[in-house]
Amino acid sequence: MSKASETIDSFVNREYSYGFVTDVEQDSAPPGLNEDIIRFISKKKEEPDFMVDWRLRAYRYWRTLEVPTWAKVYFPPIDFQSIVYYSAPKQRGEGPQSLDDVDPKLLETYEKLGIPLKEQERLAGVAVDAVFDSVSVGTTFQDKLAEQGIIFCSISEALQNHPELVEKYIGTVVPYTDNFFASLNSAVFTDGSFCYIPKGVKCPMELSTYFRINAANTGQFERTLIVAEEGSSVSYLEGCTAPQRDENQLHAAVVELLALDDAQIKYSTVQNWYPGDEEGKGGIYNFVTKRGLCKGRNSKISWTQVETGSAITWKYPSCVLVGDNSVGEFYSVALTNKYQQADTGTKMTHIGKNTRSTVVSKGISAGHGQNSYRGLVKFNKNADNARNFSQCDSLLIGDQSGAHTFPYIEGRNPTTSVEHEATTSKIGEDQIFYCNQRGISTQDAVNMIVNGYCKEVFQQLPMEFAVEAQKLLGVSLEGSVG
Amino acid sequence: MLEIKDLKAGVEGTSILEGVNLSVKAGEVHAIMGPNGSGKSTLAQILAGRDGYEVTGGSATFEGKDLLELEPDERAKEGLFLAFQYPVEIPGVNSSYFLKAALNEVRKHRGEPEMDAVEFLQFVKEKMKLLDLREDFLKRPVNEGFSGGEKKRNEIFQMAVLQPKLAILDETDSGLDIDALKVVSSGVNRLKSQDNAQLIITHYQRLLNYIVPDYVHVLYQGQIIRSGGKDLALELEEKGYDWINEERSQPA
Ligand SMILES: Nc1ncnc2c1ncn2[C@@H]1O[C@H](COP(=O)(O)OP(=O)(O)OP(=O)(O)O)[C@@H](O)[C@H]1O
Ligand SMILES: [Mg+2]
Repeated sequence: MSKASETIDSFVNREYSYGFVTDVEQDSAPPGLNEDIIRFISKKKEEPDFMVDWRLRAYRYWRTLEVPTWAKVYFPPIDFQSIVYYSAPKQRGEGPQSLDDVDPKLLETYEKLGIPLKEQERLAGVAVDAVFDSVSVGTTFQDKLAEQGIIFCSISEALQNHPELVEKYIGTVVPYTDNFFASLNSAVFTDGSFCYIPKGVKCPMELSTYFRINAANTGQFERTLIVAEEGSSVSYLEGCTAPQRDENQLHAAVVELLALDDAQIKYSTVQNWYPGDEEGKGGIYNFVTKRGLCKGRNSKISWTQVETGSAITWKYPSCVLVGDNSVGEFYSVALTNKYQQADTGTKMTHIGKNTRSTVVSKGISAGHGQNSYRGLVKFNKNADNARNFSQCDSLLIGDQSGAHTFPYIEGRNPTTSVEHEATTSKIGEDQIFYCNQRGISTQDAVNMIVNGYCKEVFQQLPMEFAVEAQKLLGVSLEGSVG
Repeated sequence: MLEIKDLKAGVEGTSILEGVNLSVKAGEVHAIMGPNGSGKSTLAQILAGRDGYEVTGGSATFEGKDLLELEPDERAKEGLFLAFQYPVEIPGVNSSYFLKAALNEVRKHRGEPEMDAVEFLQFVKEKMKLLDLREDFLKRPVNEGFSGGEKKRNEIFQMAVLQPKLAILDETDSGLDIDALKVVSSGVNRLKSQDNAQLIITHYQRLLNYIVPDYVHVLYQGQIIRSGGKDLALELEEKGYDWINEERSQPA
């Protein structure tokens, strides 16, 4: 093995630093799924009737479905009856009224993860909703946001305080019939975030949710719903980690975004679920449905994702461009290392006139990682002058990894235009040597080259997140070159 | 500074260098000439530590250290610099970020404090003047989209910033227009001191009018078959390489 490959190797095999487990007493449902469990979850959360009815309809529909097999990912059959669908840290007495009542162990957990929730240490300019297994443990800056009419809370809280809004919007972008995992999520979702930005309001700070899976054998099924009314705008961040466990754990989330006339939503994710060990044991199965509906004229939805974790990633943040002149964007960095598999991409559906979409996907495969880009650009027959630009690049590190690209285009008409660029490159020994010759170590060289390669995507992230993402990429790649 | 003794090397069983001897002292400028494929770049790459070549015999020491034992980045930090015949592009990595990282690695190794962004910019601006480079140069990704001549100029600019003890210039003159050749040569000359040395690989005598060598060597089929003063280059220009070869094959 060359020196460069050795360094790439040690790069890849760096340890996951968020793998600790928090020792809290959990209040859990027994494993398995049936209508009683669903009623149990709904009751635990004291939900309004419409919600439990909707869940049950979703569940009955889900039972008619099979696990989809079209993605280029391989895993043993999942036993849905062995999963725990509800797990929450035990509440003391009435349950926390404010963050001061939250179990210090939980606050500590988020601190360890670099997400301070307590008043004095809060991240300036970022409101955080922290979701621990099945429940939200607290949301910061709620009062300040409320002054402008912005609702930012857990979806459970929204079901208590704003049931009419949830009822109006839930399932309008991703119906429970959408796909296997979306149906499952609709039946059993436990928490997630809810954001409502009223007409004309520009959200003054970044909103963020930090998801943490802690309990063993537990699935996390969160549901996030963001509604941006006419002329409003919001930037939303999502981060995730999980303890290091030998068993695979399921994460099946649904995110729905809705942008009305002239509204803008920017949704950024840095996904760092536990990826499994060097032999491919353990890790999160991440099967996520994310979709944004640009319902209004001149609306814009932009997805940026940096995917470094999970054993399996199955995820296609999409935009449905209904409003005339609406804009959809997808910027993605997906890294697979060790035995990770990612099948990710986007779907841009052009329905309105003059709609535009941009797709920039950067796949990085190291170790035995397998990385697939799957993209669909679809034009409705009335989508006059719709335009798409797609750029899908793959970077291979070492010679055991794989990259695959599956671009699909449907229903072009003479006024639409599509530009598609794709490249596959290997991280060059000559690039590494060039850096070495200037005094830069191989590890630093690989970091530098990979970060350079991802630059277009990182530029889309809010500043602090971009720095975080760069560091994360470095850690995830450690040991990958030699 | 650099002692090469009977160095033999090749690639996957084919031998390229067949016993090279060369001694370079501080304050000297050496030129290496020789026909295409004679092993000039191979010699430079092996000295810089490029993977993939197999050294089958001989030795190379640099400032008393066994060069062949050092990692490529360690050689660079010890003060060995190679201006590449074909500089590599690194998309998305801006030149100033790259060069600052390199400079700070070298400085750390020398026991000097690292430079912050402001100090670095000041330091580098002077060097840019030396090579007549435009300021936006630093913002562009390393070598990406650079013209052939710009790439070569960038190599010498990096040399100016890193201030190596031994600089090996592999055909830095090829691809440069006449004006650029003058700028680059005068840059190289100004970087010259009693404490450093230069090893210039070139095909053209013209460069040696600007950068005047103390010694000229002819590398031919993996061996240095002739060494002399700067006049040797003129003689080669006139008579070609066959002349030496013929002379060599004449019985004494
Ligand atoms: N990595 C390699 N793999 C195979 N052959 C190689 C390799 N590197 C060099 N060679 C061969 O070794 C010989 C010497 O090449 P080298 O590049 O050192 O020549 P050079 O003297 O620099 O020539 P030029 O004047 O054309 O630059 C050539 O025949 C070349 O094809
Ligand atoms: Mg050469």
